[in-house]
This record gives sequence, C-alpha cells and structure tokens, in this order.
Amino acid sequence: MTMSTAYPLDSLKAHPPYLAPAYVASRTRSPRRPLVIIPHTLSELSGPVYGHESVRDLDNDLTRQHDGEPLGQRIVVRGVVMDEDGRPLPGTLIEIWQANAAGRYIHAVDQHPAPLDHNFTGAGRCVTDPKGRYSFTTIKPGAYPWRNHPNAWRPNHIHFSLFGPSFLTRLVTQMYFPGDPLIPLDPIACSVDEKARERLIAKFDIATTVPEWALGFRFDLILRGRSATPFEEPRS
Amino acid sequence: MSETDVGDIGMARTGRSGLTPSQTVGPYFNIGLTPSDRYGFPALVGDDLITDDAVGDAIRIEGRVLDGNGDPVPDAMVEIWQADGAGRYSGGADAPSNTTFKGFGRCECDKDGRYRFRTVKPGRVPGPDSSEQAPHINVGVFARGILRRLFTRIYFDDEAANGADPVLALVPADGRATLIAKRDGTADHMPRYVFDIRLQGEGETVFFEA
Repeated sequence: MTMSTAYPLDSLKAHPPYLAPAYVASRTRSPRRPLVIIPHTLSELSGPVYGHESVRDLDNDLTRQHDGEPLGQRIVVRGVVMDEDGRPLPGTLIEIWQANAAGRYIHAVDQHPAPLDHNFTGAGRCVTDPKGRYSFTTIKPGAYPWRNHPNAWRPNHIHFSLFGPSFLTRLVTQMYFPGDPLIPLDPIACSVDEKARERLIAKFDIATTVPEWALGFRFDLILRGRSATPFEEPRS
Repeated sequence: MSETDVGDIGMARTGRSGLTPSQTVGPYFNIGLTPSDRYGFPALVGDDLITDDAVGDAIRIEGRVLDGNGDPVPDAMVEIWQADGAGRYSGGADAPSNTTFKGFGRCECDKDGRYRFRTVKPGRVPGPDSSEQAPHINVGVFARGILRRLFTRIYFDDEAANGADPVLALVPADGRATLIAKRDGTADHMPRYVFDIRLQGEGETVFFEA
C-alpha cells in the first residue's frame, strides 16, 4: 500500500510547533504523543463551501455596522488569497475579528480597562472574488496587555480565518502591522521563524491608501496547494 | 479606490512560496466565528447541522475538551466536517450531494469545556486504494494556546467497519480507543455519542498530520 498525499507535507514546516514554551498556554494544550501521518482521502480533500450567498454586502466594512463611526485610524486591508504556486483562490470565505482602537475586544471575557466603542463590534467577513482578491475596511486595532509574562503586550493584530478549497487548506492566523516594536517581543508571533514571520506582517501600500479617507495595507495569504504532479510516498 | 489590480502580483510569482503560518485563534474568537446573538453580527455556522432534507439518522455528539492537567478548556472551538448518511460530501464533485446538508459545524465550548453537535450519522466514504472507510467525522480543535489547528477523527463504537478502516489501521493500537465515540443513551430522542478530546497527558487523543 502506498500513501498518497495530494498536498505536500513539507509545506507544513512553515507553521509553528504545537509546543512553544515561551507561550505559556501552549504548555498544557499541546499534544505529547507523536502525530500520526494519514493519507489524504476524500474526507480531507473535500471541504465546506460558503459563497457570496452567505455574506452580506457590508460585512467587509467594520466601520459601518452601527449608527455612528468607530473611533480610531480608518484603514483598508486588502490582498490576494493564493496557493503556494501563486494560483489565486476565488470563492474563499475570510472571517476576521479584532480589538478596537483602544485595544479592547467587545468580548465579555476581555477585562482590559480600556474603553469599549459602541460603534465598533470588530467582526467582518467576505468571500474572495474570481481573482482571489479580498478587501476589508476597518480601524487599526490597538495593542493590549496580557498575562503571559510580566509586562506582556500583544502587538496590533487582526485575526484571520480562511477555508480554501478543502479541509486541509483551513487556516487561522493573525495579521500584524509593519514596524511594530512589539512583534519581536511577542511569543505568539515568535513561535514561527523569522522568515515565515515576515509573511504575517502586512505592508503599507500607498496604492491601497484612499486619499482623504483611509491608510492602506496589503496582506496576501498563501494556503496549501496540491502537488503539480501526483505524489506518492512509501507508507511509514 | 485605487485601480491597482492586486491579482496580477500573485500571478507573477515563480516557484513555490511558503505558506502563511498559522497562529492561535486566541481567547476572543467568538466575536467573529461563533457570535450567536451576542454581538449583532449573525453567525454563519453553528452546532446544528440537521436540515429538513438531510439524509441519515439524527444523532447527538458531545464531549469535553481537556488540557494536560485534566482541566476543562472553556475557550476551545471544535469544528466538524462530515459526509451525510449516504456517504456524500456537500459541494464535492467526487460525491455530489443534492441536499442542503452542509456537513460543516462549529461549536464553542462552555465553561466546563463541553461542546455538542446535532447532526446525522455519516455513511461510509471511499478510502485509499479502492478501500472503504468506516463512518467518521473529521474534527478540528482550536483554542488559546493551540498555535495550529489540531486534527483528529470521531469514529463510532457501534460500527463493525472500524476493524478494517484504513486510517484507524495507521494509529498505534493503544491510541485507537481515543478516536472512538461511545454510544451513551439518548438525548432529545436521538442516539447520543460521547467523545472527549484530551489535548495532552493520560488518555491523550491521537492527532493527525496530513
């Protein structure tokens, strides 16, 4: 019997390990048994489909979900979702969530004593267009303290959740902002090596910046891609 | 808006480039992923997969997510992906389904680390080399402290086909029981299956790399 993996396993090396000791919560929430490598069957190669019918027109504008406008620096974040070979991935659901400009989440568990903004929920979603493109309008999230270690602060970030074409392309990640001095101090961002970490940091983009309106950032997302040729490896 | 065609930049890449690395879902995911009715932002996916036309026997699956100390993980999210009772995956070209059953569900754990789904029991689906897989559900586990989705499967303890399942056969014998949900009475007149997910330590659930 051979084990076929339609998506190369090598690519997974870009991801962080499950145990990253500097990130304290990972110490008791990471498996100790070795992962079992399994073939890519129909169950892994299929995946849920959520198209444009699932998303409302303004779900990608987090500044227009309430009666008034949220406080903070208005920004546009856009980019392309593609696979490892640069092929754009159309029809991919993207869900985002984030803190407000003061670094406070609307979530009940967040007790950081920074003000809530009743004009900002901090959640959005969209589906990539036929060229794999997406765009969100939001405000720049603030940094906030957390209790991982003394004087720990999370860098400004936006959470991203993507599906891609199969169960195996599912990705949850975070987008950081260029030049943020907190990034090298953050055990979550630093759970991935420096080169891969660059792919988590958006680029300021004057072409995306909207005159008299909003700063623009460019953030491309690269999901797993199927091997160009059928790939088989001996069963381990 | 600028007229720059951002799509062209992606097309110009040569050679395989590295993936966007995974990061933890963090403690506040429910704002965006499982908002229910709390934030004025409608949920897209929930924990009830059953539709009027879903093919298969209605079941309940529930369990707890536990950490390395045996404590519940109240801020975990469990996602499931499965075929319907006839072994058809929604949206797939390989096994097209003509029902509105999506086969995808999402549940945030409660304060006791408990999750629950209402769904149909999946049928058998094709496996490698012309084999057939036992009925199973693919599971993704996300939480603060989990830097990358954990992938496991739920099998059912009342399925004789487990003995010949090509994926279970790859799992060391002493770990197989961690992948098998146990039938335990009924809930809301549906068969109830219990499947706990132990992230670490004694009875640790077997997780996959795929």
